[in-house]
Amino acid sequence: MRKIKETIIEKLILASGLASIFFVVLIFLFLIKEGLAVFQSVTPGAFLFGKSWYPISEPAQLGILPLILGSLLVTLGAAVISIPIGVGAAIYIAEIAPARIKDILKSGIELLAAIPSVVLGFIGMVTLVPLVKSLFHLPTGLTALSGSIMLAFMAMPTIVSIAEDALYSIPKNYKEGALALGATHWQAIWRVMLPAASSGILAAIMLGIGRVIGETMAVMMITGNAAVIPQSILVPVRTLTATIAAEMGEAVVGSEHYFALFAVGIVLFVISFGINVTADLFLHEKQSK
Amino acid sequence: MRNPYRSQKIAYAFLLLSTLLIVVPVGMIVVIIIQKGLPAMNWQFLSDIPRQGMRAGGIFPAIVGTLYLVTGAISFALPIGLLAAIYLSEYSRDNLLTRIIKLAIVNLAGVPSVVYGLFGLALFVIFFGFGASILSGSLTLGIMILPVIITTSREALESVPASFREVSLSLGASKWQTIRHIVLPNALPGILTGTILGLGRAAGETAPILFTVAAFYLPQLPDSIMDQVMALPYHLYVISTQVPNVDEKIRYGTALVLLAMVLFMNLIAIIIRHKFRKRKKW
Repeated sequence: MRKIKETIIEKLILASGLASIFFVVLIFLFLIKEGLAVFQSVTPGAFLFGKSWYPISEPAQLGILPLILGSLLVTLGAAVISIPIGVGAAIYIAEIAPARIKDILKSGIELLAAIPSVVLGFIGMVTLVPLVKSLFHLPTGLTALSGSIMLAFMAMPTIVSIAEDALYSIPKNYKEGALALGATHWQAIWRVMLPAASSGILAAIMLGIGRVIGETMAVMMITGNAAVIPQSILVPVRTLTATIAAEMGEAVVGSEHYFALFAVGIVLFVISFGINVTADLFLHEKQSK
Repeated sequence: MRNPYRSQKIAYAFLLLSTLLIVVPVGMIVVIIIQKGLPAMNWQFLSDIPRQGMRAGGIFPAIVGTLYLVTGAISFALPIGLLAAIYLSEYSRDNLLTRIIKLAIVNLAGVPSVVYGLFGLALFVIFFGFGASILSGSLTLGIMILPVIITTSREALESVPASFREVSLSLGASKWQTIRHIVLPNALPGILTGTILGLGRAAGETAPILFTVAAFYLPQLPDSIMDQVMALPYHLYVISTQVPNVDEKIRYGTALVLLAMVLFMNLIAIIIRHKFRKRKKW
């Protein structure tokens, strides 16, 4: 009797172990199922590189290039801000901060990771957006730049914690060796520890950027949502994620527009899949050394 | 020649500056929300329905809606997540399958939240015909927080020393008895931490519930899990961007309640982890 019970439990455990694979495949299948139908009315080339996104005009124009460029611009801006600051903070926390302050800093950064994106979007709307507007004398502060700054804050916790792990897991004797040869602490960090942790830090950056590309609510609230090809970082843009979130509510199920939004979802899924697999390879490489 | 000690000083100053550039704004965000949100806090705000087109009254239905969603999400994700963690920590071997499972978990964690929303819409709302409902929203959120629960629970299980298992097995216990009576109790604080972090994540997410459950304005409480509900994060989005002329106090108040809910859960998780670390005997 006990044997039977345990066999059942162990089967359940195995099934749950496989659940993650099942869900990833299920997500992809359902995106494909709903999204591929858009290619009956528009070719993949015209969809990805079409310059205008007017999904509800007659006939609908379903080119997502403005959305892709919007996402890229915001992400690039966020990367430029968050990578140096994030890696810098990781080095500070891993190597320089005294033990007591280290814990406080780490919880501060965990706190940032825990703040819901809609709250960050709200705070960005009431503080950052007016600031950007008056600083650059713009007609509106809802710009790609505002989005980049806010998103940088969402990427930083990921970058800091993974990069710090990477620095922490370098064997102690690397650093001791450098110091014994007369290097200053900073020289040891810059010439020995950073190169040794490079694959982990690269993974940290990629995962941080992955988080930025997928971010939805904050971006939708502060980038202004204009689906045009951006000419500078000081104009409103619309990202892939914000397009889905803003338009799916109005899209009629089974319409061209509905299929097109799922196709945008496929693009996002493929991007995040690529980033995560690559980052995982980097992390794995580190472990196998 | 450059003085290495001076460049060290300059470098350290920049590193400190980077850290402050993260920590100080975080502190400011929290302080601003508390400062401007506190005046809105009173019993009526927490217990009344929104009135006058959400420009007055309270946020009670949104609080209740979020509690329902979080409860639903965790009751789906915890059993699956915990069993998956047990599989990875106790049963899996170092082979291709395990590698693929781990990769799937990483990917599940990286899927953009709005894509979860699309998936929930296609699978639960339309394909299964659950409609926009607590059920659809909870399941969508549940799948989204699965990686958090699996990863933290697995860490907790793996940190139980192998000798505990060996002793139990050598006394004649079966593998499952060992897991059930030795490994799980010792890993409980870690599992609890992961669960609470998952709860916090589910409470704060907006994009996955946009098309699967969230109601723009619904002043009554739900009767069944097939009903729509209001939810705090979506409500904050609505009154910040969709409804003009909402009193600032109400916006900040809503942000404060949401933030307090999420941070409270994180605080509990931190406390549990801290206590556990002190008590750990091995």
